[in-house]
Amino acid sequence: MGYLARQLAGRTDPATDAGWQEAPGRKGFFTDTSICIGCKACEVACKEWNALPMDGNLDLTGNSYDNTGDLGASTWRHVAFVEQSQERIVAARESGRRLVNLGMPTVGSPPPSPDPTSRAVPAGYGMPPAPAEEHGPSLGDLLAEKDSAEYRHLGTTVEGTAMVGPLPEFRWLMASDVCKHCTHAGCLDVCPTGALFRSEHGTVVVQPDVCNGCGYCVGACPFGVIERRTDSAVSVRKDGHVPDVGVAQKCTLCYDRLSHDQEPACAQTCPTTSIRFGPLEEMVDLARRRVSQLHEQGFTEARLYGANDDDGVGGTGSVFLLLDEPEVYGLPPDPVCATSRLGEMFRTAGYAGAGLLGAAALAFLGRRS
Amino acid sequence: MTTSPFDSYRPPESSVRRHRRDGGRRPRSWLNREGGGAREAPAVPDAEFSSYYGRAVVKPMPWKAEIPAYLFAGGVAAGSGLIATGAAATGRELLRRNSRLTAMGAVALSGVLLVADLGRPERFLNMLRTVKLTSPMSVGTWILSGYAACAGLTTASEIARLVSLPEHGVQGVAARVLGALDMPASAGQALLAPPLAAYTAVLLSDTATPVWFESRHQLPFVFVGSAAMASGGVQLVLTPTAETGPARRFALIGVATELLAMQRLEDHLAEMELDEPLQTGAAGAKLRLARALAVAGGLGALAAGRSRVVAVASGAALAAASALTRFGIVEAGIASAKDPRYTVDPQKRRLERRRASGRVDDGAVTVR
Repeated sequence: MGYLARQLAGRTDPATDAGWQEAPGRKGFFTDTSICIGCKACEVACKEWNALPMDGNLDLTGNSYDNTGDLGASTWRHVAFVEQSQERIVAARESGRRLVNLGMPTVGSPPPSPDPTSRAVPAGYGMPPAPAEEHGPSLGDLLAEKDSAEYRHLGTTVEGTAMVGPLPEFRWLMASDVCKHCTHAGCLDVCPTGALFRSEHGTVVVQPDVCNGCGYCVGACPFGVIERRTDSAVSVRKDGHVPDVGVAQKCTLCYDRLSHDQEPACAQTCPTTSIRFGPLEEMVDLARRRVSQLHEQGFTEARLYGANDDDGVGGTGSVFLLLDEPEVYGLPPDPVCATSRLGEMFRTAGYAGAGLLGAAALAFLGRRS
Repeated sequence: MTTSPFDSYRPPESSVRRHRRDGGRRPRSWLNREGGGAREAPAVPDAEFSSYYGRAVVKPMPWKAEIPAYLFAGGVAAGSGLIATGAAATGRELLRRNSRLTAMGAVALSGVLLVADLGRPERFLNMLRTVKLTSPMSVGTWILSGYAACAGLTTASEIARLVSLPEHGVQGVAARVLGALDMPASAGQALLAPPLAAYTAVLLSDTATPVWFESRHQLPFVFVGSAAMASGGVQLVLTPTAETGPARRFALIGVATELLAMQRLEDHLAEMELDEPLQTGAAGAKLRLARALAVAGGLGALAAGRSRVVAVASGAALAAASALTRFGIVEAGIASAKDPRYTVDPQKRRLERRRASGRVDDGAVTVR
């Protein structure tokens, strides 16, 4: 693919495309929502490190434990809370099973085959999500004592292992959302001043002193992340000053910390390692191993979001493991970077413009009076 | 099913409106509102709507009335430039003068409106620190600047003619320079006018706003039609009927283009079940009124051969129709961004269609 075509769509290395030489490699997040406990430490750490003002008042939303609402100019991490009944868990499991049955090609190299010793133990729903990375008690040990025969009617996992234990009647989904740092970032593409730029880490960062607040990036983001800070923001500083009012703001993936080989504040503070940070390739690999592990244990509803470089935004720098459809968490099911259609848009506009010129000529030449 | 006695205090889920495709389904409580993704599967399964507490997925454009007003003013400027150049080429003195002055006034107003809508108006010059082809706003800024430069020259030449500068001295030199620049500036104005009228459609379409993005193939035609209609209408108001023949024809072509393109846009969005924002609310009312005014103004313009009164009335109706169309389209887009249904439903449907046709490798959701 040519250099120009690569700028708008398809899989590519964004830092190289942006002209960085000897880029240090693309960095990213892996947010594993299956082990998120909804503590909101990431929200707090983000606010503190980046000295973000309050979003205005302290109203309660009535939406479960989520009183943050959504990502915005002064909220760069947002923890979503979703309460679900058994019926919805079944539906999520079925939609996950359907995804498996679609026979999607694997992303990158094939996933590691499951540990053969763990295959013998039944997988179960009656247990909380299995601990990550061999920490804590193993689900296999917990279930090994059970007589799996009495649960045979509960079906099998996607690998064909028998399921044990009843479905929970209720579950809470908690997920820490963040800027996706898209490979093809709508906000960055449409910024008319160059205030948004691609960093050497492959992330997308705003320069608040260059942004003139046109607001174009706000509508161009397919995930609804970036926002213009309004004067309703409330300062938490002694002098009462709110910086950068009228300027578009979003997660920088802690550009300042990355420049000093530190990890972003949210990832460092996350007590359950739900938020992981590192080279994007490693993050995607980790995500794929985790989703395989969950499937193996019967959590068919587990799926990855943003790990596909062939999607509408060319893959994201923030990969998520979700336990239901993306829209349940407020994420778009099929995000597309509008700029990937820019060629056809300008072409259509060209035809229309030529038509206008022709119409004017016709009006003056038509009947000469 | 309730999980605690306190659930009865929860407000009913009112933000999720019933989708027209799932009539007859069992009622949903707050707990099962997400529906399900695993029903009996037809070739293309129904895309079930679910959202995060009815919150918007994409952010609505933070644009206020200045932007649709600019779309209108920019359209008037572009169309007037074309009329001015045509009038200059065919020797219609009054039409040339009036349309040149209109173009200049409209393009100046455009600049003021655009600067006023910025979050940091004092930094408006940052637009000119870079040329960025991936940003329709950057491209548009340069088109507008180039157009304004040409319009400035033709206006200066027009004013020089109006005040009849003396033939000698500094003023005489200025008059001769302006006279020499008149032709090239006029040509430049005519060449930059179509991009000025059409780029604003790309400006709107190159966003995640569902109605604007999905109407990307029709919107440029709506906008150029609207520009022709508005600028022709303004000249019907300003210029005596003896010289407005071309402006009238230009406006009529504009009316036909706009009505046809708008119809196609609505049909296309109806196919995607995304036409509701164009039909309902303030945007729907504006678009309906715009259509009525365009038809009335068009009929008036057809009959306005002799009568100045009819010409003024129909010209005003055409300009108003154009303005209402711009406001209606902008408001419908913002309404479509505020309701997650318009973001989620079309995306789910196109995903299902792709999956049904065997393309399973281009979704954002993967399992391995």
